Amino acid sequence: MNSDKVLDAKGLACPMPIVKTKKAINELQYGQVLEIHATDKGSKADLVAWSNSGGHELLQSTEENGVLKFWIKKG
Amino acid sequence: MAVIIMTAKEVTQRVFNKQELFLLDVRNENAFQDWKIEGQNFEYLNIPYFDLLDGVDEILDQIPTNKEVLIVCAKEGSSIMVAEMLSEAGRDVSYLQGGMKAWSEYLEPVKVGELKDDGAIYQFVRIGKGCLSYMVVSNGEAAIIDSTRMADVYTTFADGIGAKITNVFDTHLHADHISGGRTIAEKTNATYWLPPNDATEVTFDYQPLEDGNSVTIGNTTIKIDALYSPGHTIGSTSFVVDEKYLLSGDILFIDSIGRPDLAGLAEDWVGDLRETLYKRYRELSDELIVLPAHFMIIEELNDDGSVAKKLGTLFVENHGLNVADEEEFRNMVTGNLPPQPNAYQEIRETNMGKISPDEERQREMEIGPNRCAVR
Repeated sequence: MNSDKVLDAKGLACPMPIVKTKKAINELQYGQVLEIHATDKGSKADLVAWSNSGGHELLQSTEENGVLKFWIKKG
Repeated sequence: MAVIIMTAKEVTQRVFNKQELFLLDVRNENAFQDWKIEGQNFEYLNIPYFDLLDGVDEILDQIPTNKEVLIVCAKEGSSIMVAEMLSEAGRDVSYLQGGMKAWSEYLEPVKVGELKDDGAIYQFVRIGKGCLSYMVVSNGEAAIIDSTRMADVYTTFADGIGAKITNVFDTHLHADHISGGRTIAEKTNATYWLPPNDATEVTFDYQPLEDGNSVTIGNTTIKIDALYSPGHTIGSTSFVVDEKYLLSGDILFIDSIGRPDLAGLAEDWVGDLRETLYKRYRELSDELIVLPAHFMIIEELNDDGSVAKKLGTLFVENHGLNVADEEEFRNMVTGNLPPQPNAYQEIRETNMGKISPDEERQREMEIGPNRCAVR
């Protein structure tokens, strides 16, 4: 999946993946897509809830070899 | 203002003492709805930490200044962040050390009674999950029943009171939590007992626990008598300790009864459950003190934090023991079943020795409340 920016949040514990995601999204234009890589399992549920509450759209999420990947479209 | 660290033990004391506490839970809404810290005089506010990244000014008027405030999250990182923000805003607040992960694992030992010849029985209250396990001590020897995954807690406790663990029991194959029984038995060279009907698929050696088995702890004969009591699982077994305590496993709780469906066999086992509760238990002495393997609601705790009540009292007060009509009992037990525990199938396979997830995964499998009862 294409993205406009990739955020590497691997190895970071809560709350940092979301803190960094929020910062990175702020630097994007509406409709652009942020790709996030994280290893904190708890970040999945939080990213889903955060996207919903912030009006962003979680387009896709995958998990491979312990790395969670998310694609969020800025809303 | 100061940020104070509060341990799971300190929160447990506030639960036992029915103290007031204001909890600001900063996990996401679903996690909070699914499972939270329960206390009779606790107040709650749930605002996810990710809604507070720009500051806490907007919630300041919702946080009391005349009450102890505890901030809670999954592992502690986010609660520290929010606590620091509130501290900068001039508030004295605490955060829960280790978060809900620590809360899920914390065990508080409570002495529930004396046994003859200086023996004692301890209940280990897993306050965050509602699991109860036991240590029977007599003359330098100890037995453990329905131990949790945190095996070290029991071995350290036994060392501290100068007792050697000689026998370890599980009343049944657990589906809501990972048993530490095998680990403790291996560490201490104790005998590990399991009901054979629940252990048909286990991959390790165990001592089969059968109706009428009697095991002696210490040389002062604290006897543990096995009473076959199917219904929650096909092998479920209760224990009568020192002719005084009835360890009822997941068959009978204080305010509810066991659910028979964790292996998907509610219809098949409801008859066994009825037989156990309405016939086998009726033949026992009313004076026995029931010590279950779970509590479901915080109101089931006695003032000292223990969970225990006389069998005779439960025959009067427990709704599940007072359904005269068999059909109505069947409907109550098999209809309206609560959701099954998180990852229960994986937990069963772990307890059978079929899979060996790493500690992090085991912890995750157990997150959440237990749901073993029907009310």
